[in-house]
Order: sequence, then C-alpha cells, then structure tokens
Amino acid sequence: MLKILKYSFYDLMRSRWSYIYFLFYLSLGFILLFLNNDVSKAVITLMNIIIVLVPLIGTIFGVMYYYNSKEFTELLLAQPIKRSSIFLGQYLGVAGSLSLSLVVGLGIPFILYGLFRSDAIFDFTLLLITGAFLTLIFTALSFNIALSNENKIKGFGYAVLLWLFLAVIYDGLFLMSLILFEEYPLDTFSLGATLLNPIDLSRTLILLKLDISALLGYTGAIFRRFFGTDQGLIVSLSMLLLWTVLPVWRLLYKSKKKDF
Amino acid sequence: MGNLPTRIILFLLFSVSPLCAKTIPVCIDCTIKSVSEGVAAAADFDTLLIKKGTYKEFNILIDKPLTLLGENYPVIDGEDQGEIIRIVSDNVTIDGLFIINVGTSYTTDYAAIRVVKSENFLIQNVVLEKLFFGIYLEKSNHGKVYHNKIIGDAVDEYNSGNGIQLWYSHHVTVDRNIVQGVRDGIYLEFSDNVTINNNRSTNNLRYGLHFMFSNDDVYTDNTFENNGAGVAVMFSKRIKMVGNTFMRNWGTAAFGMLLKEINDAEISNNTFEENTIGINIEGSNRITYKNNDFINNGWAIKVLGACYTNTFTNNNFLYNSFDISYNSKLNDNVFDQNYWSNYTGYDLDKNGIGDVPYRPVKLFSYIVNRTPETIILLRSLFMDIIDFSEKVSPVFTPDNLMDANPLMKKAS
Repeated sequence: MLKILKYSFYDLMRSRWSYIYFLFYLSLGFILLFLNNDVSKAVITLMNIIIVLVPLIGTIFGVMYYYNSKEFTELLLAQPIKRSSIFLGQYLGVAGSLSLSLVVGLGIPFILYGLFRSDAIFDFTLLLITGAFLTLIFTALSFNIALSNENKIKGFGYAVLLWLFLAVIYDGLFLMSLILFEEYPLDTFSLGATLLNPIDLSRTLILLKLDISALLGYTGAIFRRFFGTDQGLIVSLSMLLLWTVLPVWRLLYKSKKKDF
Repeated sequence: MGNLPTRIILFLLFSVSPLCAKTIPVCIDCTIKSVSEGVAAAADFDTLLIKKGTYKEFNILIDKPLTLLGENYPVIDGEDQGEIIRIVSDNVTIDGLFIINVGTSYTTDYAAIRVVKSENFLIQNVVLEKLFFGIYLEKSNHGKVYHNKIIGDAVDEYNSGNGIQLWYSHHVTVDRNIVQGVRDGIYLEFSDNVTINNNRSTNNLRYGLHFMFSNDDVYTDNTFENNGAGVAVMFSKRIKMVGNTFMRNWGTAAFGMLLKEINDAEISNNTFEENTIGINIEGSNRITYKNNDFINNGWAIKVLGACYTNTFTNNNFLYNSFDISYNSKLNDNVFDQNYWSNYTGYDLDKNGIGDVPYRPVKLFSYIVNRTPETIILLRSLFMDIIDFSEKVSPVFTPDNLMDANPLMKKAS
C-alpha cells in the first residue's frame, strides 16, 4: 500500500498540479497578509476561501485523478496486490498531497508574518485542521462517485453536484426550514443540521473560535456552549473524522465487490 | 443720620467677611481632629484644610457654605456604615479627598458625596473607591463635578450603585472624570441642560452613560469603552452627542449606543468601533447623524421600527458585518453622501460620488431580524449569493432605502 501511496504522490508531484495548488495558497496567504497585515483578520478572510475552495478542489481533483489513472489501476489489479491497498494507496496519495499543499502553502506566509508571536495561532491551526479534513472528506467522496460511475461525464456531473449541494443547496434548505418552522424552538435542530454537513460544521467551528462570535447573539450563546467547549470541539472533530472514515470504508467495500 | 456709621460698619462687616474667611486645619494631632468637628467649628465661607491621614467618619453634614480642601489626599473611611458626606448648603466646594468604604443598602442609596437641594457646588479632584453610589446630585443646580476618579468593584447589578448620578439637577457640568467598575458610569434622570465633557467611563456593569427623561443636554469628547451595554439614551429630547468614542462593547446584548424614544437629537463626529451593535435605534425621530465613523462593528446601525425623518449624511461605514439592519419594509429616513467600504460601484464622471446607488440593507440582515437562528448561516456561500441577487433587484428590503450619492472616498 505504501508503495502505491508513494507512486500516486510522486505522480501528482510530477504532474505539477500539486505545485500550482501549493503556489496558489502561498500567494493567497502572502497577498492577504500584505493587504491586511493583521494575522487574526486574515484568518477570517481565509476561512471564507477555505470552506468554498478546498472542497471544490478536492472533489474535482479526486474525480480527475481516478479517471485518469484508471488504466494503471486495472494493470495493478492484475497483480497479486490486495484491492484495498491499491485504492487506499491511491486515495491517500491524492488527499495527502492536496492537504500538504494547503498546509505548507498557507503555513509559510503566516509563519513569516509572525504567527508564533500572535495569539491567532490556535485559530489558524484549527483552520488548517478543518481544511485538511475537508480535503480528505471530499476526495473520498469523489473517489466513491468515480468508482460507482463508469461514465466520466456522469461522474464529473455527480461530483460537482455533490459539492454544489453541500456548499450551497444544503444551506438553502437549512434556511428555508428555519424560516418555515420559526415558531418552534430551533436550537437543537440548527445544531444537528450544522453537524450533518462538513462544510457548515467547519464554518461554525471556526466562526465560534473567532471574535465575531458575539454577533451570533442569543443563538450564538447556545452554539457557543456546545462548540466552544472542549467537549464540543471533540464532538465536532470526531464528526469530521466520521465523515472521512465512512466514505473511505465504502470505497474499500465497493472496490472489493466491483467487477472490473 | 446717626445710624450711618453703623450702616457702614455693617456693610464692611458683611462685604469683607468672606474675604477674611478663616482657614481651619484638621488633622489627627490638631485641636480639631475630625471633619465633622471642623464643620461644626467653622463659620460661613471658611476653609477646612484637611491634612493627610485617615479619618473614620460617616454622615458628615455640611450645612453652611464651606470649602473642604484635602492636602495630599486625606482618606475618609466610611467603614461601610452608610453615607459619608451630605451637602445641604449652597456654595460648597469639596477638593482633593480620598473617600472609601461607602455602605451598601437595599433600601437607601448611600453615596460617597450627596448634594441635596443646593446650588453652586464644586466637587473636584476627589478619588472614590469601594463605593455604592459615588457622587449623587439631588435637586441641585448650577454646580460642577470636575476631574474626579471613581473606581468601583461592582459585581452584580442589583447591589451596586452608579458613579455619578444626577436627579432633578439642572445646569450642571460634569467634566474630565474617570468612572469605572460601577453599575452606570454617569446616570441622568430628569436633569436638563447638563454638559458632560471629556469623561472616561469604562468597564461598568451596565451603561457607561445613561439618560432618562433629561432634555437639552450635551455630551462631547467622552470615551465609553467595554461597558456591559454601552451608552443608553432614553426618553429624552434635544440631546447633542458630539465627538465621543464608543468602543468594544462586545457581547450578546451589547451595543455602542442605544437610542429609545429620542427626538430632535444631533449625533456627530462620534466614533463607533468594535461594538456588537454600533447604534440601536428604537422610536427615535428627527435625528441628524453626521460625520460619524462606524468601524468593525457587527451591526453599524440597527433600526427597530417607528423611526422617522432621520438623516444620515457624511458618515463612514467601514468593514461592518452589517451596515444597516431594518425590521420593516417602510423607510422614511434619508441616507445621503456616506462612505460605505462595501460599495462596489464606479464613478465615471470623477466627481467623487458613485454613479450607482448603494443599498446598505442586506437581505441576510432582514432574514436574521425575522428568524434570529439563521445567523448561524453567517458567511456561508449561499448567503453571499442571495445577498447579491437581492442587491441586483430588491424584493424584501425597502426599495427606497439607499444612498443615492455614495462617496468614493472616506468623508473627513
């Protein structure tokens, strides 16, 4: 498995996409800090970008990589290697290189601008952790879609739809249901609905750690009591972990059954 | 004619007597050992010179025009017994005292210095610590409270008092005081024509400054920082608020300034920075907002119904999460020539005024007003998209609520 992981990883490095992705985050970090010069303010702006872009890039990359390396995968399948090692290796290769680009690309400018001397270090670490989680989650989801769809166009379509659903449509439905049932107590509902979507969960988690949480008012107080505590942090992180483990498990399960 | 010399003598006696007023020293080793004894021994217009030391006294009644002058801040310790100084005479001056340990009571408002039905008083350079109420002016007019320092240690609202309280007191000047850690920093009730300048009211439990039923007052160049809920101006008319700074009133129920039933006021050149709500307006009419800066607030201005004919001109709205929030579809207020950092229009004729009107009310702020729980969707992509579509064609927000002439550069 490690060999395949290494192969996928180097393959991505050679294809230069990882570098472009890395350079994109590097320049983004520098430009944000250059314009803002305030680490904690830059973290907020960065959050807006991370919760939208990271899932999108993870999804597109995952689907693209799977379809592109399909022939090679079929070649590997003919060898006496466990199927789980092949797919897990490929998945970790893609997700690992993407997360590494994100963490290093954003980490360098922030460290150069004095992150260690700022008290935003915890927020920033949380931002990177959720960013890495989002990469892992959305790459796994896209691998699942690609595995279940032989048709490339269909696979791409479903993958983009999935991103669109979790990033935009879910919030729309969430909002509609909040307005529709406004006469009822909605605290538990909104808490649950937030936990169920990894993008919303990451956004809430970071927002509540930032200063602007006071904005959230009365509802915010309830959320804060949940997410703000260590216990809430553990629950949300394990929720993110569950979101990663479930698609990976399905990926392995499906790949074992699939007739190539 | 024979009584003419007597008249001259009497005239001389009366006109000269304030000039040759005595100075009575009070100290631990003097013949007069306490402030109360000093007051009893003094004649009108005398000066009590209180030397450095600790005087354990309370209920000091000043019933004649005197000057109490402290030398090197003598301490008057009330030992939590009750009120410390009560002034019931006109023309009293208190200067340079250090008063501590005012008694706490749930039935009587004990104060460190209470002025009752007296005129022309002057309270200056006084330091108050461990107090219940600080300086309490009761039906006393034409006085001055100048350069005092009031440092409380209030924890709960129900058993703490106000720093400087004015009750039915008109034409009073409150200048250069520092008030912190009490319930309300400065509180005015039924007090007209009061001037409040250059004070610093910080870290108070409730409001930094609180107006109730007080008209024609002016407050300028004060700083209100980190108070429980900022500054509240309620049920008052013709208040002028100029050049004040409202900062860091962060919290679930905090605002920089609360206006409730305020009419004909003028609010200009103030700075509102990092407050959850910059100004919260309820039922306030004919107010002019000019040259104010709203920086990094959650809501710069939150309008909650029944506000008519207010004008907002030449204000700077910089990096607020929401610029304006409305809870109704009706708008009778005018926004003109303000600078909005969120403005994305252009200025083709280069006259410094944007060619496209700016709509300061976002759809999201309208939704949040309706269903507060939706605030959890703050900063989500979906909200940005519907905000954008609402901006292009307003459906839910008042369509005449816009700044037709937004400035391209910050108003100075």
